[in-house]
Amino acid sequence: MLYQMNFGDLLPYWQVLARGLLFTVVLTLVSTVAGIFVGTAGAWARTFGPKWAGTCVSIYVELIRNTPFIVQLFFIFFGLPAIGVKMGEAEAAFLAMTINLGAYSTEIIRAGIQAVPYGHLEAGSSLAMSRWEIFRHIVLKQAFMKVYPALSSQIVIVMLGSAVVSQISAEDLTYAANYIQSRNFRAFEVYLVVTGIYLALAIALRALLRGIARAVFPKG
Amino acid sequence: MLEFTFSVILENLLLATRWTILLSLIAFVLGGVVGLIVLFARVSHSRALRTLTIGYIELFQGTPLLMQLFLFFFGVALLGVEVSPWVAASLALTFWTSAFLAEIWRGCVEAIPKGQWEASESLAMTYTEQMRHVILPQALRIAVAPTVGFSVQVIKGTALASVIGFVELTKAGTMLNNATFRPFLVYTLVALIYFALCFPLSWYSKRLEGRLNVAR
Repeated sequence: MLYQMNFGDLLPYWQVLARGLLFTVVLTLVSTVAGIFVGTAGAWARTFGPKWAGTCVSIYVELIRNTPFIVQLFFIFFGLPAIGVKMGEAEAAFLAMTINLGAYSTEIIRAGIQAVPYGHLEAGSSLAMSRWEIFRHIVLKQAFMKVYPALSSQIVIVMLGSAVVSQISAEDLTYAANYIQSRNFRAFEVYLVVTGIYLALAIALRALLRGIARAVFPKG
Repeated sequence: MLEFTFSVILENLLLATRWTILLSLIAFVLGGVVGLIVLFARVSHSRALRTLTIGYIELFQGTPLLMQLFLFFFGVALLGVEVSPWVAASLALTFWTSAFLAEIWRGCVEAIPKGQWEASESLAMTYTEQMRHVILPQALRIAVAPTVGFSVQVIKGTALASVIGFVELTKAGTMLNNATFRPFLVYTLVALIYFALCFPLSWYSKRLEGRLNVAR
């Protein structure tokens, strides 16, 4: 017997999907901004910061990069309350995403910083710029220009990875899919549609990031 | 009644790690085979084949692995076949891996100078012969480091199989947590075991990368 697809059963739930989509979008945007902030601080510590800070950041980066996101999420949401750090599922999702992207972007931005020629730093200090001014205006700007493509694809990867936060009941797009299929038993149709939404989201996010690059970085 | 001491928890987690390793190996080996086929199509002369594989790669790289697992889990069941989490997880991870490996390897193939293609073509080699004898042996050298690096992603990817009920390391952690109510200990151990699996591979991949740069 051949299975009859039925997408009509999804229509009554479009609001659930829309709410989930909104959560995924906000989650991605907020943790992207926060994660890149963490990554910039981490990259600074590893290149210009004191040695002990660099070592701490290296340990953080390696720990995050070599464990699955879902385990990090479970650790934060289930593990931390056991030692007294309690938070809701949305907060845990934001925190886990930020920590995760922070580690990856530390590595990416650090690579960009190390690619800045040393002469540029000397030129900066000969213009009597302070260490902070050199970092902010000379190093960081060039570093971001160099690693922007790598950073963009990492942001898309993190957005797709955010589907996992449904496992701690954070009400994202995947959570909406799970909810709907538990109501109308149209699992395959729901997941097919939601997969399509994620694909569209990935394509839109990439276009957005390209647009930002064109607006922020001068040609060349 | 069974007492959940530290050693019992650790023992159970390590037993479950076997399935994480086995699933990773299946996904990596089968994904490599499928990825090689996709690679051949991706760099072929036929525009239709290239477009098709670009779509294939985009589909698997542009959607969450978790969704792919759900689709395979519920999708294969629609064909009237009873799917075990084993089959669904292996299938989803294989195709997911193949898309990424094909794209990584494409970069390596395209790094080979065009003259190599032209020279081998002028020797009347067919496309398969060119790939087999000229391009791939050279591309292999630069492909090793990123391929080893990606194996870390595969191991981490298997953690998602826990969601469809595949009892590997993460799922075992969840079950032990439910039995012991010691989430901090359990998830710390789970994370450390993943770290012990992944870190040597990450480290080795980085070392290979460094060696390659020296060689050039």
